[in-house]
Amino acid sequence: MSISFPPTTENNSNSLQPTGWLRFISFSLDHKVIGLQYLVCGFIFYLIGGILAGAIRIELLSPISDFLARDVYNQVLTLHGTIMIFLWIVPVVNGAFGNYLIPFYVGARDMAFPRLNAVAFWMIPPAGLMLITSYFINGAAQSGWTAYPPLSITTPAAGQIVWIVSVLLLGGSSIFGGINFIATILKLRRPGLKLMQLPMYCWAMLGTSILVVLSTPVLAGTLILLSFDIVAHTGFFNPALGGNVIVYQHLFWFYSHPAVYIMVLPAFGLVSEILPVHSRKPLFGYTTMVYSIMGIVVLGLIVWAHHMFTSGTPPWMRLFFTIATSFIAVPTGIKFFNWVATLWGGRISINSAILFSCGFIVNFVLGGITGVALAQVPFDIHVHDTYFVVAHFHYIVYGGSVFVIFSSIYHWYPKFTGKMLDEKLGIIHFALTFIGFNLCFAPQHWLGLNGMPRRVAEYDPQFTLINQISSVGALLMALSTLPFLWNIIYSFLKGETAGNNPWHALTPEWLTTSPPPVENWPGEAPLVIKPYGYGENRSDEGNPPLNQD
Amino acid sequence: MLQKTAIYTISISLLVIIGGIWAEDNLNLLPVIASSNAPIYDELFKVLFVIGIILFVGITGLIIYSLIRFRKKPGQLGDGMAIEDNLPLEIFWTAVPAIVVLFVGLYSYDIYERMGGMQSLSSNSHDHQSMNSEGRVWGGIGLTSQKATGGNSLPKIDVDVTALQFAFLFNYPEGEIVSGELHVPRGQPVSLKMESKDVIHAFWVPEFRLKQDIIPGQPTVINFTPTKTGRYPIICAELCGPYHGGMRSTVVVEEPEEYQTWLKENSKQPEMEL
Repeated sequence: MSISFPPTTENNSNSLQPTGWLRFISFSLDHKVIGLQYLVCGFIFYLIGGILAGAIRIELLSPISDFLARDVYNQVLTLHGTIMIFLWIVPVVNGAFGNYLIPFYVGARDMAFPRLNAVAFWMIPPAGLMLITSYFINGAAQSGWTAYPPLSITTPAAGQIVWIVSVLLLGGSSIFGGINFIATILKLRRPGLKLMQLPMYCWAMLGTSILVVLSTPVLAGTLILLSFDIVAHTGFFNPALGGNVIVYQHLFWFYSHPAVYIMVLPAFGLVSEILPVHSRKPLFGYTTMVYSIMGIVVLGLIVWAHHMFTSGTPPWMRLFFTIATSFIAVPTGIKFFNWVATLWGGRISINSAILFSCGFIVNFVLGGITGVALAQVPFDIHVHDTYFVVAHFHYIVYGGSVFVIFSSIYHWYPKFTGKMLDEKLGIIHFALTFIGFNLCFAPQHWLGLNGMPRRVAEYDPQFTLINQISSVGALLMALSTLPFLWNIIYSFLKGETAGNNPWHALTPEWLTTSPPPVENWPGEAPLVIKPYGYGENRSDEGNPPLNQD
Repeated sequence: MLQKTAIYTISISLLVIIGGIWAEDNLNLLPVIASSNAPIYDELFKVLFVIGIILFVGITGLIIYSLIRFRKKPGQLGDGMAIEDNLPLEIFWTAVPAIVVLFVGLYSYDIYERMGGMQSLSSNSHDHQSMNSEGRVWGGIGLTSQKATGGNSLPKIDVDVTALQFAFLFNYPEGEIVSGELHVPRGQPVSLKMESKDVIHAFWVPEFRLKQDIIPGQPTVINFTPTKTGRYPIICAELCGPYHGGMRSTVVVEEPEEYQTWLKENSKQPEMEL
């Protein structure tokens, strides 16, 4: 039996690839370059989406519609949702960290399909630019990120069509990425490395990619049918022509509920990498973590109709989706208890990475609790489409995924750049983000329970004070990006040199130089069979020695 | 040592539970109760709130405790304990949430049944054949809600609702009234048959704890029994266009006599017109 190691291909593929900073704006095939391209590109879109959020919060300072024109307000909220989901969170938790880390974790020199990988990234900037420029040319889509017909059929067609085309491009990019991750994780593993020895992020990405490949095509098909309804006046979803609007909702949520897991499962994986390193303990309950990821994948595909409890779904369907949705709390709960157990008895370094990860746990637990409540049909009937739901999903996608993105940047920045980030600025960033976020979104639960619907520019004057408090929180969140940006730029230029493995971590990306060379390791890829082998009184059998710098 | 830990754990848990119940009772989290539906809803809310507070405070407490108790002190070297798993513990925190979730699911099913939600609306589709050729009426809350409150003896009031960008119109077949406000008598069941002229709207009265999307092409029914007089907002909850935020109306719950007066004053009187 012959064991084949990844071939060393130094000095033969570099001729066509630019070097230096130019490679970051080129069609580079290096997974690390592509990962950072995703990250920087996503962050730029995050800032744009953040400005739009700011516009929404300024409009809501007063109970009357006075800051933005009414149709502009609807365009702004549509763009905010679309940008934050499809151009920031999905590409960054999957594309950025997935591309950077997965080849290291499986012991490969690159992704399975490097060219497809570069194509997947380069579909994103044009899609994003098209979406944003549509606002300046003909007006952007104004039917929300859900684009429910008949509203999406009756609002100005140009903006809606641009929206559909860019979401199709972004969906295509996501599918390319998903196929690439599945192939890399299953087929490019270093000889001798078993599936159950992989770092947890690989499992999270495998589960996520399965969801991407199964559900994104459904969204693409749905949006193509919707575009026929708009352009060719077909009647798939147009009740005036005998179409059915509920069918659209089923198809849309068949993708868009799994999309929530596409945004949070990779985040779960990243947290599982960060917590053991900084608490110097093995990841607690590796096996149950793997099974719970797969449990979430399976359950995640059969819960979509809980978004439609007020749409007139039949009773049996409501009952089924209530129970299925509630049960997602079980595998998710396992993961949270395992993280707490990972921290328990550790030797925790209190730094920005661990603070953002713990902030994520606290926020996500609250979002999860309101999620289980929303899964209950009678509860949902009152608060569906209100600020309660707005608060809930911001706790999931911002309090969850975005906190993890920041945590991951603090954790892997030394690997990306070879420089350390400033901890003081990092802790200021965390404090501002955590306080601002909770100040912004916690009061919104009350708004929803008491009668404020979502997606409105005007509201009952009794809600003015709470909305103003919420806007102050949003201002703090906006301010929190300043120390972060300063930290990123200043540390890159003048930061302390990090060395190869500043955290003394055991996962394979730390067992090479910072930043790593083009083919990841100068020699043979290391075999890491115990990626979480921390702890007192143990020999790290099979693992390379800790400090290599 | 173990005894001490157990005592601490139990007393802290009790404190959290009592705190949760206190918070639910003393914080004003929901609007006034104005329909027979609302007290049932608030019962469910209370249970979910208490469970939620216990879980949230518990996990947050554990995280903060860990960060303080197990933080790396200056000069400390080495790693934490090398614990990889603990099967009984993992079974425990799989089984307990599963039981809690199952309890919550069944309890909310019971609540929903009491609200009349599990009653199939298509069973009385023959009443609506004229308006729905498919013999299907869509809706959330069925007619049992009135049986539950004993309002069976009173006849139900039928109102046809038309939703359009950006208003609700209420049409009373009895008296041929078309009104921009919904007037209903206290204590009598009301059945709204709702239709949309253009896009999806939603009928929401927070004080009734009721919401139903109004779907174009599909007649939608919602039933409720108001229990408290007053003026409450009717809010469109589904994004329906630029003036979505302004698509509001009022439901006026009146004493039955006042309602009859309103009905008489506003109904068309053909003999007068002739």
